[in-house]
Amino acid sequence: MAANDIIQIHHVNFYYGAVRALTDISMQFEKNKVTALIGPSGCGKSTLLRLLNRMNDLIDQTRVEGEILFEGRNIYAPQVDPVEIRRKIGMVFQKPNPFPKTIYNNITYGPKLNGVPAADLPGLVEQSLRQAVLWDEVKDILDKSAMNLSGGQQQRLCIARALAMKPDVLLMDEPTSALDPISTAKIEELVEELKRHYTIIIVTHNMQQAARISDQTAFFYLGNLIEYNKTEKIFTKPDVKQTEDYITGRFG
Amino acid sequence: MQEKHHTSLHFEKELQEIKDGLIYLGVLTEKAIQQAMTSLEARNADLARRVIREDDEIDRLDSEIEERCIKILALRQPTAIDLRFITTAIKITGHLERIGDMAVNIAEKALLLIEEPQLKPYIDLPRMAQLVGDMIRNSLDSFIRGDLKLADGVRRTEQVIDDLNEQIFRELLTFMMEDSKSIHRSIMIMQVSKNLERIADHAKGIADMVTYMVTGECVRHRTCPAP
Repeated sequence: MAANDIIQIHHVNFYYGAVRALTDISMQFEKNKVTALIGPSGCGKSTLLRLLNRMNDLIDQTRVEGEILFEGRNIYAPQVDPVEIRRKIGMVFQKPNPFPKTIYNNITYGPKLNGVPAADLPGLVEQSLRQAVLWDEVKDILDKSAMNLSGGQQQRLCIARALAMKPDVLLMDEPTSALDPISTAKIEELVEELKRHYTIIIVTHNMQQAARISDQTAFFYLGNLIEYNKTEKIFTKPDVKQTEDYITGRFG
Repeated sequence: MQEKHHTSLHFEKELQEIKDGLIYLGVLTEKAIQQAMTSLEARNADLARRVIREDDEIDRLDSEIEERCIKILALRQPTAIDLRFITTAIKITGHLERIGDMAVNIAEKALLLIEEPQLKPYIDLPRMAQLVGDMIRNSLDSFIRGDLKLADGVRRTEQVIDDLNEQIFRELLTFMMEDSKSIHRSIMIMQVSKNLERIADHAKGIADMVTYMVTGECVRHRTCPAP
């Protein structure tokens, strides 16, 4: 185990009912790095992402084998509270999903439930929105509904909302696929900034995006981890022919 | 290199057009060298002038291939083998264009040498020209086939060319020492030899890029980072 691995996966199999979606996955995620998970639809990359904060627990008839260690602790051990895990490992989804509340309350909702003192909330709102590079755009309309924001702003609000829980890891499931190029560029820029304080794992169908923003890239195919390598290596001279065929569009 | 086809057949076609263009450019440059050397040996000024004139076509083709490559970079955002292929193609077309210029240099020297009595029979120069022609052809074949052995062979021949160039230089030095009236012609011939030697350098440059394209490793300089 390398000292700066924050998450380690050992021989993980995952089943939806009788269907095996992931086969014997072993890999590590390094602290303060951006890791991209790529592969065609149905390859298991989103399934793996959701395993990392036990989001698949919410789906019936699923089963995990193997170990996923977060800071050395198996997150699937019986005594572990999944809510606690999700607090440490936040998630941002494909479509922005703000609560139908004010911008301010979107940020404070989670911290309030977790007992953050009321006096600390305004500071936390500003800090989270600044980290998500949204503060300047919304600081005068914090009491307005989050639903009035543009798609790109909503997505940054969701990132701010996740950051307000002070997670260690941020999981992003195709966070820009519903956004225009300018909003996408802002989110990508934000990811660069955020990795100084967080570990980021991002699922993306946009290979140029993976190439632009990640340090490491993992290529999945049919539930198998085919290649896990430095991003630069994956996109210039991958070690595995299957990876090369996929990223150069020689497929199927 | 035996590759699966791209899902996009248009992309496949664009890459093939670049390959075809480079092969044709290779044929033109090889012909330019041959004709420049023939113009020198046969003292044929018309042929020398033709080489100079026809370099425009080499320049035009170079720009066209480079443009095609840039367009692919911009529109297709190639990765991995495709990216290495395109970067290699851009470098190769540059090397071939310079080889065309060297052929022009030789033709220009031929025009000057034709004006004067022949200093000596040409023996090593045609040998050199033959070898550099082979080098260009083999370096392009290695590019098309992704053949590393062929690329290695090109690099080895470059050493032979260097030695021949040295030998010609030494021989001409004796001519110049014996007879100062031979200095002008000797220098012209040395320059022809030097141009052939530089053509060999360019062919080696192509072979080095082929090695990069196939292996991802830089072998162009001693200072290249180890893989």
